[in-house]
Amino acid sequence: MKEQVEQIIDRHSHAEGRVDLVAILHEVNSTQRYLSREALEMIAQKLAVPLSRLYSMAAFYRSFNLEPRGDHEVHICLGTACHVRGGERIFDRLSERLGIGSGETTSDRKFTINRVNCVGACALGPLVVIDGRYYGRLDPLKAERLLEEYYEQA
Amino acid sequence: MSRLNSLKELEARRREIIAADKEKTAAVAVCCGTGCSASGARDVAAEFERLITEKGLAVRVRTRITGCHGFCEQGPLVVVEEAGSRPEHSTSLNDSNARPAGGESGPGGLLYCRVKPEDAEEILETSVLNDGVVEHLLYKDPVTGEKFRSENDVPFYAHQSRMLMGYNGRIDPGRIEDYLTAGGYGGLAQVLGGSMPPEDVIKEIEISGLRGRGGGGYPTGSKWDLCRRVEGEIRYVVCNADEGDPGCFQDRSILEGNPHLVLEGMIIAAYAVGAYEGYIYVRAEYPLALKQVATALEQAYEWGLLGDNILGSDLSFRVRISRGGGAFVCGEETALLSSIEGLTGEPNPRPRPPYPTSIGLWGFPTLINNVKTLAAVPDIIKKGGAWHASTGTDTSKGTMIFSLTGRVNNTGLVEVPMGMSLRELIFDVGGGIPGGRKFKAVQTGGPAGGCLPAEMLDLPLDYERLSEAGSIMGSGGMIVMDESTCMVDVARYFLSFTVDESCGKCTPCREGGRQMLALLDKFVHGTALEGGLNMLFELAATMQSSSLCALGKLAPNPVLTTLRYFEDEYRSHFEQWRCPAGVCRPLISYTIDAEACTACGRCLEACLAGALTGVEDEVPELDDQLCTKCGACRDVCRFSAILVG
Repeated sequence: MKEQVEQIIDRHSHAEGRVDLVAILHEVNSTQRYLSREALEMIAQKLAVPLSRLYSMAAFYRSFNLEPRGDHEVHICLGTACHVRGGERIFDRLSERLGIGSGETTSDRKFTINRVNCVGACALGPLVVIDGRYYGRLDPLKAERLLEEYYEQA
Repeated sequence: MSRLNSLKELEARRREIIAADKEKTAAVAVCCGTGCSASGARDVAAEFERLITEKGLAVRVRTRITGCHGFCEQGPLVVVEEAGSRPEHSTSLNDSNARPAGGESGPGGLLYCRVKPEDAEEILETSVLNDGVVEHLLYKDPVTGEKFRSENDVPFYAHQSRMLMGYNGRIDPGRIEDYLTAGGYGGLAQVLGGSMPPEDVIKEIEISGLRGRGGGGYPTGSKWDLCRRVEGEIRYVVCNADEGDPGCFQDRSILEGNPHLVLEGMIIAAYAVGAYEGYIYVRAEYPLALKQVATALEQAYEWGLLGDNILGSDLSFRVRISRGGGAFVCGEETALLSSIEGLTGEPNPRPRPPYPTSIGLWGFPTLINNVKTLAAVPDIIKKGGAWHASTGTDTSKGTMIFSLTGRVNNTGLVEVPMGMSLRELIFDVGGGIPGGRKFKAVQTGGPAGGCLPAEMLDLPLDYERLSEAGSIMGSGGMIVMDESTCMVDVARYFLSFTVDESCGKCTPCREGGRQMLALLDKFVHGTALEGGLNMLFELAATMQSSSLCALGKLAPNPVLTTLRYFEDEYRSHFEQWRCPAGVCRPLISYTIDAEACTACGRCLEACLAGALTGVEDEVPELDDQLCTKCGACRDVCRFSAILVG
C-alpha cells in the first residue's frame, strides 16, 4: 500500500511545492475503497501536513469514506426533481430492506447506500445509481426488485 | 496532430478537416448525454456503428456521439442530418405554419425519439439510404397528437433560442475537429489577430451586457476589468463547474457536450485579464464531464491552443482540472478557492471586499466565472457585443439555460431569451402539467431560490424581476409543482438541504437554519402555534443580514416565498391539522374505497408494514396504527382505490 500511496502523491504534486490534496484523497479513496487511518498517516508524514487537517478534509467532503464501502454502491437521488416525484419513499424502502441508513454499509459488506443531492438526470427521476449505472423512472417496489437482482449477482 | 503555430495554420487545419469530411453526406447524431445514456443511448450508438460498418457505409455516413440535446424526456434521441441544409424537412408533417430553421440550432435534421437499438436498421434504410421517414419514432405531441419530423418544429425546441446548447447536437465532444468545423476557436483567432487589445475584448463583453450565469448576475465585463486593473504579474482564471443545485444540470451538459467552447472562453478571458494559469473546478459527481474536459485539455495542448505561445502569439496559458469533493458550499467562490488550495471548502470568514478579483487563489487576483458565462464568450467576440445585447431585456441580455423539471410534460434543458415569461416557458416549451393536473408553483434558482405561485406566471424571467418577487435567477433551476405538492414540505426540503450543506462556520447560518428547520417540523407534525410564523420571519431576517456567504443569506428564500404566497397552506397545517396536498405523513391517513377496490391483492404484497390484511376476494383491512403512509399500496393499485385524506 505504501508504494501505491506514494505514487499517488507524486502524481498530484506540482511545481512550486503545490500539492493537490483533494485529488490525492480522491485517488486513495477510490483505489482502496476508503481512507484508512494508515493511508492518512502516510500522506501526512510524506507531505508534512498535520493529520488533523487530512481528517477534517476527509470528514468535510462527502466523496470520502472513513469506513470501507460495500461491493455495490447505491446512490439514491434526492435532488428536487426526484423529491417531488417520490425519491424519499424509494430511499425509505431500500433503507428499510437493507436495515441501514445513509452512508452505511450492510454487515455482509455487499451494499452501501447513500442519499445524494442530484445526479443531474432529472428527466428520468426518481432515479437510483448503482455502481455508476443510472436506473430511471423507478418507484419503491421497482427499486427493491432492482436491488434483489444485484443481491443475486453478489 | 501537430501543433499549430499561427492563425494561418489554424485556418488551414479547419479547411483540411472540412475537406476530409466532404465525402460524408449524412450523419446520424446519437445523443449520449447523461439522460439519454441512462435510457440506453450507448447501445443505440453502438448498433448504428456496427450497421454502418457492416453495410459499408462508413465512407459517407457518420455516427456522431454527441452531448445532451436537452430533450431528455424523449431520449434516447437520434437526429439524422444530411450535409448542408435539409429544407424539405423543416416543415412539420401536418402543419403549414412552418417555422424557419433556426440558424443557431443548425439545419434541423429528422428527429427520432425513444430510439431502441433494434430501430437502427430501419432508420438507416429509410432515412439515410432513402428519403423516407420512420413515422412511429417521430415526436408526437401528447395533447394534440400531431407529429413532427424536424427538430426545429417540435414545440419544445421551436420556442427556444439555443445560442449555447445548439452546438451540442453538431459536435462530438471527444473530437476537437468537430468544434473547429463549427467555427470553434474563431473567437480566439480574432483576439489574437492583432486588432483586439485586451481592453477592447473587455469593452466588447461590457457592450454584450453578459452577466454572471452562476447566479450572482454580476456584469461580466466589469469583473474582467476589475481583475485586469489589479497590479501584479500573477493572475488566475477559474471556471466554476461545481454545479451543486439539485435539479440543475446545464453546466454538466455543456462540459459534457462541448468542452472546447468553455475552454475557448477561458483562454479569451486569460488574454483579457492577463492570466497565465487557470483551473476548471468540476463537481465530483460528474465523472463524464471530468473525462470530456480532460480529453479536451489534452487535445488543446497538443494543437497548441493551450501552453506556451498559443498559436504563435505572446499569449501563454495553462489549465488544470480540480475535482470537487462533493460539498455544495464549494460553489461559493471563496470556498471553491480554498478547495483548490487543498483545504476544506469553507467560505472565507472575512467580510468582503476585497473580492477574489483582487485577492483570490493563493492571494493573487483571480477571475472566477461560471461555465455558462465563459461559454457565451466566444460567440460574443465573433459576432460582437451588440449581437448578444440584441436578445433579452433592458437589464438582462442574451439567453438563459433552465433545467425544466418536476411536474411538467417536457422535462429537459431549455435555452430561452431572457425576459420570456414563466407561462411561456412552462406551458409552451414545457408542454404544461402532466395528467391534466393544475399548476401550483414553480421554484426558480435552486434551493436558495423561491417558490412562485400561479398569479406570477406572467413574470418575465430576468434577474431583477425574479429578485423583486423574492426569488433568484440562480443557476437556472426550474422545478414545476402541481397540486399534489405540499408547500410546507417543499420549503422544509430545501431548507434541510441547505442546513445539511452549511459548512458550520458562521452562527447565523448554522444555528438559524437548524432552528427554522425545527419550526418547520412542527408544521409538518401539526404541532406549530400561531407564533411560529413570526419566528420564522425573525430567524430568516437574521440569517439574511448576518450570514457570511450567499449560502446562508439565501437559504431562507424558499421559506419566505412559500410563506408569502401560500400562508393559508401553512395555517391549515396547525389550525385544522390538515395537509391539503396530502403529503405530510403525520397529518394524513389512508383509507380504502370499497366501491373501487377489486380485491386483487396487489396492495397486500406491497405493504412492508403489515398494515394491510385480508383474504382473497375481499377488500383488505387497513390498520391505521401500523400504517407508515409510505404509499407503496397506492403505487401498485390500478383502480385508485387507496384514498389519502
